Amino acid sequence: MSFGNTPSAHRKKRLTQNIAFFIFRLLSFSVVAILVVILGFILVRGISVISWEFLSEAPREGMTEGGIFPAIVGTLCLVVGSMLFAFPIGILSGIYINEYAKDSWFKRFVKLMTNNLAGIPSIVFGLFGMALFVHQFGFGDSILAGSLTLGLLALPVVIRTTEEALKAIDNSFRIGSLALGATKWQTTRRVVLPMAFPNIITGLILSIGRVSGETAPILFTVAAYFLPKLPSSVFDQVMALPYHLYVISTSGTNIEASRAMAYGTAFVLIVIVLLANLLANWLRRYFGKKVKMN
Amino acid sequence: MNSVETKDVHLYYGDFHALKGITMAMRKNQVTAFIGPSGCGKSTYLRCFNRMNDLIDGVRIEGEILIDGVDIYKSSIQVDDLRKHVGMVFQKPNPFPKSIFENVAYGLRVNGTKDRQFIEERVERSLKQAALWDEVKDKLKKSAFELSGGQQQRLCIARALAIEPSVLLMDEPTSALDPLSTAKTEELIHELKENYTIVIVTHNMQQAGRVSDYTAFFYLGELVEYAKTKTLFTNPKDQRTQNYITGRFG
Amino acid sequence: MKRYFNNFGERVIEGIITLSGTVTSITVLLIVFFLFKEGLGVFSQTPVAEGSVIAVNKQNPVKELTAHQVKEIWDQNITNWKQLGGQDAPIKLFEVDDITDYYTDEQIGAEFEYLPQRLSELVAKEPHILAFFPDEYLPKEFAGRQIKLDNVSPGSFLGGREWYPTIQPAVQLGVLPLILGTLWVSLGAILIALPLGLATSIYLAEIANPKVRNFLKPVIELLAGIPSVVYGFFGLVVVVPLIQDVFGLPVGETALAGSIILGIMALPTIISVSEDAMRTTPRAMKEASLALGANKWQTIYRVIIPYSISGISTAAILGIGRAIGETMAVLMVTGNASVIPHTFLEPVRTIPATIAAELGEAPQGGIHFQALFALGCILFLMTLAINMTVDLVSAKKKANRS
Repeated sequence: MSFGNTPSAHRKKRLTQNIAFFIFRLLSFSVVAILVVILGFILVRGISVISWEFLSEAPREGMTEGGIFPAIVGTLCLVVGSMLFAFPIGILSGIYINEYAKDSWFKRFVKLMTNNLAGIPSIVFGLFGMALFVHQFGFGDSILAGSLTLGLLALPVVIRTTEEALKAIDNSFRIGSLALGATKWQTTRRVVLPMAFPNIITGLILSIGRVSGETAPILFTVAAYFLPKLPSSVFDQVMALPYHLYVISTSGTNIEASRAMAYGTAFVLIVIVLLANLLANWLRRYFGKKVKMN
Repeated sequence: MNSVETKDVHLYYGDFHALKGITMAMRKNQVTAFIGPSGCGKSTYLRCFNRMNDLIDGVRIEGEILIDGVDIYKSSIQVDDLRKHVGMVFQKPNPFPKSIFENVAYGLRVNGTKDRQFIEERVERSLKQAALWDEVKDKLKKSAFELSGGQQQRLCIARALAIEPSVLLMDEPTSALDPLSTAKTEELIHELKENYTIVIVTHNMQQAGRVSDYTAFFYLGELVEYAKTKTLFTNPKDQRTQNYITGRFG
Repeated sequence: MKRYFNNFGERVIEGIITLSGTVTSITVLLIVFFLFKEGLGVFSQTPVAEGSVIAVNKQNPVKELTAHQVKEIWDQNITNWKQLGGQDAPIKLFEVDDITDYYTDEQIGAEFEYLPQRLSELVAKEPHILAFFPDEYLPKEFAGRQIKLDNVSPGSFLGGREWYPTIQPAVQLGVLPLILGTLWVSLGAILIALPLGLATSIYLAEIANPKVRNFLKPVIELLAGIPSVVYGFFGLVVVVPLIQDVFGLPVGETALAGSIILGIMALPTIISVSEDAMRTTPRAMKEASLALGANKWQTIYRVIIPYSISGISTAAILGIGRAIGETMAVLMVTGNASVIPHTFLEPVRTIPATIAAELGEAPQGGIHFQALFALGCILFLMTLAINMTVDLVSAKKKANRS
């Protein structure tokens, strides 16, 4: 029984929809397949390389043997250093944009510049870091120069995360606090920030994951090709995981022989990202709120 | 003759029992109005007739709804086929971001009509039926957003008429319009009932009184009273109906 | 008193916060300043490799040479002075090592102490000579004539088809192959990523049920989190050999490999931006379409896609931006040959990859160093243009909606 529509026209309409949806489903799951292939490939090949020796020793024999301990330490230094710079400034900056700035040309300018900074390619950060921190400030190739460069790169992400988190908080809370005679900073610190905290922290974790994998900004500001000695001050060079992976997979002394090391390094990098994502997802569920990372 | 008939219709949103066993019949080529306070289920009930509630997750419907004798929840029914047969006009004018012409032609195109001349004739006729033709005939290619709110709503009516439904559902069609546009739309409803069965949900009792032949009063998911409009407004049988039409609640 | 302190404290805090707010702006301005300061320096340098002298006989009517001509002479593509507007005579190319063909060791001196003098004599003697030698051997009174090459001009920089920043005796700084290489790889990437990304975003926004959606979203986020060097590594060990085998190429490092990897990397951006755009389609619009008998698919392509087209184009532009700026992955898989690309199956070299590969070896302040900063400027301007376009598109969208 129908309402007088011709069945053939109908079938055509339905068929088109089925075909279209089938294609979309197929393409969507091929995106998943891509991820599975990349992750699977590296994890499967990398897991056999992982051992205590690999994680705790310096590379040997032209980086075809031994481990990646100096690179792990280096990346850790860079992550900590960049976050010491990016977190406070980024969060304060986000507070400025969402809580303090009046709707003026200056606020629009700041937002525009933050957007532009986010769009600048990482290699340009590398150029800039080299020109300003390494040469102009005379830090040389050092953890300090590398951390500052990475910190600048992470800054827009931290700002945007903070801004989004603050924006999600209903204005009535602010008004309620102000009405009780609290000052603006008291309101921000005691009411707004605690409520926004889960979202901010989730975004920060994801940005740590990202910073630890960046290569281009550290190429000319800190990364050492081969340096088994651990750093003793912020003016030392260090090895770093992503740069190490690049080096041993493209320009090591014996690329074929260091393949295993490369798989192991890629494995560690991916595990860091996975952990950051899992932790962020867990926090998100734990706090029961949605945060968006872009 | 009945155009829409429902038998013991229950609707649940998850655990919430939104419609509680509604049985009624709407007559062909008559205007039936649903009135009642917000949240009484009148819009939900209306949206059962073209299965618009299917779009909402967690909705479960029991009972039987027949339109022109066909059980519309039967598995062999194609939803788009049903919706072509049962037109709908929404609360707020919601034209597509397309030209005036393309808005009206939309329903024809999605239902497989390709004949250009046929489409043009049908667009013109529908716009005339919706009393909009004279205002827009020189700017059919212009964006529908350039029309005023009242014109947009009549465009949406024309759009619904273009696919020649037999039943026209109107969900508070004038709630977003100014008084003048409201009057025009009401006039239009009056003319349209010659060819269509119209079911209209309204917040406005005066409007129900002006445009409808029959009126149904809903309260908390139940059909409280259903009668000729004149009867219902002048001589309500149920106390709740009386309270509502005399403005004691809602 | 306490009240006063509170107010003072508020002021200080507000000051600190405002100051933090300006950090990004200052950074952008500093980036622009340093990039352009170094980058524009390239135009005040001559393209002669540092410490080189180019000299001719005083009688030679040829007064000027371009860097390109010098290279052509060097490659023996130009062999006659006539081709350079001089007399009809073959060019006699001379490098400092050739000196033993003309003079004995005694004449040159054991410590090359007489070399400058001999060079001077030789250039004066040979009318058709074109001599290259290091400037440490340039005598105080030189009997020949030095030829100064013109400074690098913006025209030859942007339009030049050859990028050999370190060759002797005159470097070739043409960035056209690099610009085209960048655009070529990015074009390929977007051709791969756009259909895949759009399909996924449509699926996520309109078709998938919440369960599938909740599974897919984190997956896509993860895709965005994988470091580019890992993508590059994957490309190197999987995609490159695959392309080599499938197309039977001598090397698998091609523009195609770069496009595939960049395409995958651009996916998350495209998916999340266009999905957000589609989700803003008002419910009323979708209902209107369905109520007219359109099915879901018709509603998607006739209503939702047209409605969110500006968001979708924003997604595509941002995806291109991501691809243009990407460094490591491209560096690792595209083969880095600085030639103007014609197909996707040959190696190409992009601007970011060039900077990453060469900056380490370029002496600070030298012409090569500055040329790489100039490349950075070009890259910066490209991405700035992309950002501005995105801002414009979304501003226009806002204006349309209200």
